[in-house]
Amino acid sequence: MEANTLNELKKFALDIRIETLNMISKHGFGHMGGSLSVADAITVLYGNQMKYDPENPKWDGRDYLVLSKGHCGPALYSALAIKGFFPREELLTINKLGTRLPSHVDKNLTPGIDMTAGSLGQGVSCALGIALGLKLQNKPNMVYAIIGDGEAQEGQVWETMLIAPNRGVKNFIVLLDNNKQQLDEFTEHISSLGDIRRKAEDFGWYALTVDGHDLSAIDEAIEKCKAEDKPGFINMETVKGKGWPDKEAILGNHALRGAAFAGVDEAIDNLRKELAAI
Amino acid sequence: MVKLINEKIKDIELTKAYSEQLIALAKENAMIVDLEADVGNCIFGPEFQKVFPERYLDLGICEQSLSSISAGISATGMIPFCHTFAAFASRRMCDQNYISCAYAKNNVKIVGSGPGISSGENGGTHHANEDIALMRPITDITIIEPADSVAMRWAVKKAAATFGVFYIRAERYGQERLYEDDSGFEIGKANVLREGNDVTIIAEGNLMIKASLDAADILTAKGVSACVIDIFTIKPIDEEMIIQYAKETGAIVTVENHSITGGLGSAVAEVLCESFCGVPMKRIGIPNRFGEVAQPEELQKVMHMTPEDIAEAAMSGIAGKK
Repeated sequence: MEANTLNELKKFALDIRIETLNMISKHGFGHMGGSLSVADAITVLYGNQMKYDPENPKWDGRDYLVLSKGHCGPALYSALAIKGFFPREELLTINKLGTRLPSHVDKNLTPGIDMTAGSLGQGVSCALGIALGLKLQNKPNMVYAIIGDGEAQEGQVWETMLIAPNRGVKNFIVLLDNNKQQLDEFTEHISSLGDIRRKAEDFGWYALTVDGHDLSAIDEAIEKCKAEDKPGFINMETVKGKGWPDKEAILGNHALRGAAFAGVDEAIDNLRKELAAI
Repeated sequence: MVKLINEKIKDIELTKAYSEQLIALAKENAMIVDLEADVGNCIFGPEFQKVFPERYLDLGICEQSLSSISAGISATGMIPFCHTFAAFASRRMCDQNYISCAYAKNNVKIVGSGPGISSGENGGTHHANEDIALMRPITDITIIEPADSVAMRWAVKKAAATFGVFYIRAERYGQERLYEDDSGFEIGKANVLREGNDVTIIAEGNLMIKASLDAADILTAKGVSACVIDIFTIKPIDEEMIIQYAKETGAIVTVENHSITGGLGSAVAEVLCESFCGVPMKRIGIPNRFGEVAQPEELQKVMHMTPEDIAEAAMSGIAGKK
């Protein structure tokens, strides 16, 4: 990746994190941990990979993203606002009555959201449906789905893992935000995914593991998947809460409320300084 | 406009009418796609697959994905019909039907075959006795229970042509034809099959409408004039007709191939209570018990859903008039 492109992506990623922390802390509730761990994947998708038109979110030439871990909407909303799908000021309406930015992503409310998600396991299955529908119509659009490691405990995820390769789907890439934590506990203390890359490979996917906070590595992994003749699976090793050092990889960072946002202003200031320095 | 048939003709199985109509539609419309979870052969045989191998997606035994994948396919502009046994289409797919299909406002047609006692020998695990109860509270869903092959063909065409989530109950039986080939129907409009003055029997589905018509004959022999209505769409339900006939005949009996809890009987009771009709009402259907292996006709007896049971309920309703 060219240095210039990488710099732009780094700025975009910081911007997403700043907006995410700002919107949920100002509101006083929001899914912080997973939004920050997935921010870099969303950066690469909207910063360098996906085709889209903010003026025409339903453009039929667009690539699709289904955020199957639908509670991490804040990171995606931030990216969409930064890219011009709707005004940035609207981010502050999150989770308020009548908002277009609900806690879990909703395709009927938010410009740029391709599929409603929130009941875990369903989004990735819907994404496979989109890929199959496009395939049936001989359309080349790419379909991306982002799942969580906790979400991968849902049986429906494994139905999708089995079906996609058997259906010969090629325009489909699943990115796993493997942040090692779920709401209650560390994932391995509840039900470990084990060697998830190998599992995906055994199911018939082209599967890779990358550092989910290395923008170049994510971008390169997507390119490799696109070149393959089978669906792609990218296990992104991530840190829940990445970008707010006090909250990284600690239990209880899944969703924050009220006083739990203490120190967020300093965290946002630090991200802003980092952004200004690029 | 509804046209009742005047002669006695043996009908074909409703699942057969469904599959024939879907294949015919798929020939006209390249956006129609059929999704199955390994029970397609029970209703299609090899037919759909043979004509449209690309548009017949047998996903394997994965009902949750059947629903969500259908939702995703519809988001690309295609019109998916997803079929499985009614027990799985409702109980197993409930959250997916709710979130992926209805809440997300996708364009999915869910078809549940063999509802209620029509699954007979498959036994209690396969009897969908509460599929309507599970589907009915879901916002924006349309629930159709075609009572003969003509109504089924109309339902399939209407569902394909109308954006939104439809649930079509498809009995594996076909007894007598009720409607002329060119009969019209309307979503939310019930159809009067037989006029009567003393009591109104509101029924759904091929199996129980036949039983209701037979019950009306029993009542006629006793000098009682019973009206028989095919409710046709359970959601939206024809409130106007329910209230009109409650007022005109003064007693209601509901007859359904479904649990008496949460289905047609409950839906009609809601209408009657909220309209302050105050007429006596009896519900015939599957009581609070699980299904078991038997022929549907045997189960009808076990569950007290025979024409005699319906006639007795009607007499009880009439006796309850003030």
